Amino acid sequence: MEKSPLIKIKGFFFAIFSGLDRQLGLILLGLAAIGFFTFLSSSQNTPVQIVDELRNLALSFVVMWIVSRIPPKWLEMGAIWIYGLGVALLIAVAVFGLIKKGARRWLNIGFVIQPSELMKIAMPLMLAWYFQKREGIQKTWDYAVAAIILVIPVFLIARQPDLGTALLVFAAGLYVIILAGLPWKWILPFVGIGVIGILLIIIFGSTICAHDVAWPFVHNYQKHRICTLLDPSSDPLGKGFHTIQSMIAIGSGGFFGKGWFQGTQAHLEFIPEKHTDFVFAVFSEEFGLLGNLVLLALFFALIKRGLAISASAPNLFTRLLGASVTLIFFTYAFVNIGMVSGLLPVVGVPLPFISYGGTALVTLGFGAGILMSIHRHRRLVQS
Amino acid sequence: MVSYKKPDLDSFQERIHIATLFVTFCFLLLITRLVWLQLVSHGKYALLAESNRIALVPAPANRGLLIDRNGIVIGRNYSALTLDVNAEEVKGNVDQLINELSEIIDISPRDRRNFKRSLEDSRNMGTFPLRSMLNEAETARFMANRYRFPGVEVRARSFREYPYNELASHLIGYIGRVSQKDKEKMQAEIEGAKADDPDALQASFLPGIQYVGKIGLEQSYETVLRGVPGYDQVEITAGGKPVRTLSSSPSIPGKNVVLSVDIKLQYLVEQLYGNFRGAFVAIEPETGDVLAFVSKPNFNPNDFVEGIDAVTWKELNDSPQKPLYNRPLKGIYPPGSTYKPFMALAALENKKRTPSQTISDPGYFDFGNHTFRDDKKGGHGIVDMQKSIVESCDTYYYTLARDMGVNMMHDFMKPLGFGQITGIDLQGESRGVLPSTEWKKNTFKKPEQQKWYEGETISLGIGQGYNAFTILQLAHAMANVANNGIVMKPHLVKAVEDPFTRNRVLTTPKESYRIDLSQENIEVIKKAMVEVNVSGTSATAFKGTGYQVGGKTGTAQVFSLNSKDYKHGSTAEFLRDHALYIAFAPADKPTIVIAMVVENAGFGAQYAAPIARKALDFYIEGKWPKEVPEWKRAP
Repeated sequence: MEKSPLIKIKGFFFAIFSGLDRQLGLILLGLAAIGFFTFLSSSQNTPVQIVDELRNLALSFVVMWIVSRIPPKWLEMGAIWIYGLGVALLIAVAVFGLIKKGARRWLNIGFVIQPSELMKIAMPLMLAWYFQKREGIQKTWDYAVAAIILVIPVFLIARQPDLGTALLVFAAGLYVIILAGLPWKWILPFVGIGVIGILLIIIFGSTICAHDVAWPFVHNYQKHRICTLLDPSSDPLGKGFHTIQSMIAIGSGGFFGKGWFQGTQAHLEFIPEKHTDFVFAVFSEEFGLLGNLVLLALFFALIKRGLAISASAPNLFTRLLGASVTLIFFTYAFVNIGMVSGLLPVVGVPLPFISYGGTALVTLGFGAGILMSIHRHRRLVQS
Repeated sequence: MVSYKKPDLDSFQERIHIATLFVTFCFLLLITRLVWLQLVSHGKYALLAESNRIALVPAPANRGLLIDRNGIVIGRNYSALTLDVNAEEVKGNVDQLINELSEIIDISPRDRRNFKRSLEDSRNMGTFPLRSMLNEAETARFMANRYRFPGVEVRARSFREYPYNELASHLIGYIGRVSQKDKEKMQAEIEGAKADDPDALQASFLPGIQYVGKIGLEQSYETVLRGVPGYDQVEITAGGKPVRTLSSSPSIPGKNVVLSVDIKLQYLVEQLYGNFRGAFVAIEPETGDVLAFVSKPNFNPNDFVEGIDAVTWKELNDSPQKPLYNRPLKGIYPPGSTYKPFMALAALENKKRTPSQTISDPGYFDFGNHTFRDDKKGGHGIVDMQKSIVESCDTYYYTLARDMGVNMMHDFMKPLGFGQITGIDLQGESRGVLPSTEWKKNTFKKPEQQKWYEGETISLGIGQGYNAFTILQLAHAMANVANNGIVMKPHLVKAVEDPFTRNRVLTTPKESYRIDLSQENIEVIKKAMVEVNVSGTSATAFKGTGYQVGGKTGTAQVFSLNSKDYKHGSTAEFLRDHALYIAFAPADKPTIVIAMVVENAGFGAQYAAPIARKALDFYIEGKWPKEVPEWKRAP
């Protein structure tokens, strides 16, 4: 019997969405919807068109869909090659990369790519593969090997310089290493040093931010970012301008926000990078604390679901990979919102699924695809 | 396959739990931050966002007109096209833009400098004129090329203009761009005004005030002329570009100022002075209206409005003629023989002389071991009071000064206004010197200088010595005598006019005080002064007038010539005597008094009196001298 067209379409969609985790899918759909509507407002007076955003969202979905069909086993086998390619490309960047805005981050291979972006996925893949390989026979020095795998690309990215991406790649790898069982006695001292360091910076901010004090290991502009975070009003029209203006945008939004398209800070061009890195300021101004709580709830749900999928994953590789990817989502969101609201220094980290930008959406789609794949293939690999 | 190891999973689960806790903690941190920003500090940030968004764009008020006593406008505004540049849009390539613009519009280096200074002052926010007064051809050329210059536009602005250029420049003054000092001064004024009237807040919108009176009446009537600037509340972008107008508060135009000055009389006198330097003040004695207030040479106030260029400024400032010096207001001169009628009146009032009392004048007067000479060799013979004025006998006044003493002279002259601030409505008036023993004690430092020497008294009688007054004071004193002792404060402005209704509010002051003078004594002096112009020193200049004029010539020595013979013409120009003259007319009921000086001209009778004659002929009878070009109203 001939099937009706309706059933045909239904069947087609079923084929497409089958195997995608429904909870994760709905959360992502919610985030993408918020991203799209915020984009409509934030892209005013920018050269960016709606079709660009739609294309990016579609591309992200396609990447996610494809990756979700790839069995984790394949990723496991390809891990070392993807990582190797990533490191090779980073070296290529260091040798003959393109320089834009004073940083050497891009590579022209017919079209321009940013290899550090690939590393955000390649790093957890590689480390998860390594720990999977050493499962059961794991020795202490395995952490040393893992550290080397981690440090090489992070170093290459940091010297481009691209501190934001380097931190994200480092975080991605670190999550794998910690989740793989790095002993607490090694973790806690670092946590302690970190906490003390931050406290020291806050307390002695005015002294170390004096004009002629040079900081070891960091560029001058990076020092400025941290210093303006501590006291944005020290340079209200210069370095502190971004932070001050985005804080004004968020604060003036109040509880209910000024309404969609009604943000004065955004529409009168007071917010820098308003449709990309600082899109959260636009969203906050127009949708207020209420909108922010919804957005944070969605992110929290995304992370909970990602961690749940990882927890029920069949083997160490998928568990480590899934959890690490999930925590990368968290890191993106936390660092971005922290930066825009003046809690963290300004680093170039987009807000997942909300900020405009093709590369980031593809990477995020890839990450979401990995989680989908792990969920889809959870039983297939179980022995 | 790999065995499924329970402890591993447990450890993983445990770490996932810890990760969840960590994530929860971080999210709570974010929520705390957002609550802090959006609830606790919402008010503060909402205010900041508002002040970000809204800019007040000034709408300058139309400045009031300056109108002479007969309705002739001598200070006005006109609208002209200017080339305005939005600073934000041209940031970074100002020079390139100006170079490109100068291909189609003439832009002087001065325009360029001024524009760049405005940019720096404003930190590249706002719109500034690059060129003023575009002509039609330039406007057309720019409009055709407009697409090449985003952020540049042609706009109409209001400019101040003095249609008669140099005429009356010292009394009109000029306006100029507000300086930092002006701003501080205005701020202080506004603070003061606020205390009295909290609603005066609108006036505190200083950015709307772009020009301010710098000298002259433009300065002293600044608050009347200025009006209240309005402003538009405009929503702006971060770059300062206006998006839309939210509300506007219209400006209130300044009031017109009606002068007591007769600008035609002023013009005539300025023309009569020709290339001579000097000061001329005419006052209506009954009211204190200043009818003419001449300072020669003068300058063109239009040069100053948009900022004077360095060359013209240097020229004016370095000129030995001192064209920027307001002579009637600030210049102090010995009154010379014009002081004698006042001395005679002092003698009568203090009963030191009677009109008929005589002295014998041998042509000199010995005092101590010094000989004071009379102008006339051999002397004037037997001299009574009238003759002493008519012939300007020095010896009569040497003896009178000796008999009165310095302090008696001082006490009589002071209420007449000599050596006192008259309180005229211009800033920067000089006080001059009316000597007394107390004055000398306070003025000099060394004890031997502080002592008054009797010998110093003698030359005071003929208006020399320490005596030094402004021409304004001399005219004021003449007016006080002509007005029979009723003192009216001299003023250049008689009314303030509403620009719409044309309603005038008189600002003329009431009588300041009365000097207790005997009318009989005044008549003696007036009669003698009339005789001066009939048979006396200035008889030639006043031959054939259709009215009676009282007058007195004076010649003030610029410096002491000792006993060397003084020959006019052989002395370097700047060392020649000043010619002075005072007059009142018509003698029976004076409507005008004059005091004047022609610097370094020589004898008062020869150089000053003829100018006074022509001025009086015009003012009283409307006669215009042939040699002076007709008065023409400015277009």
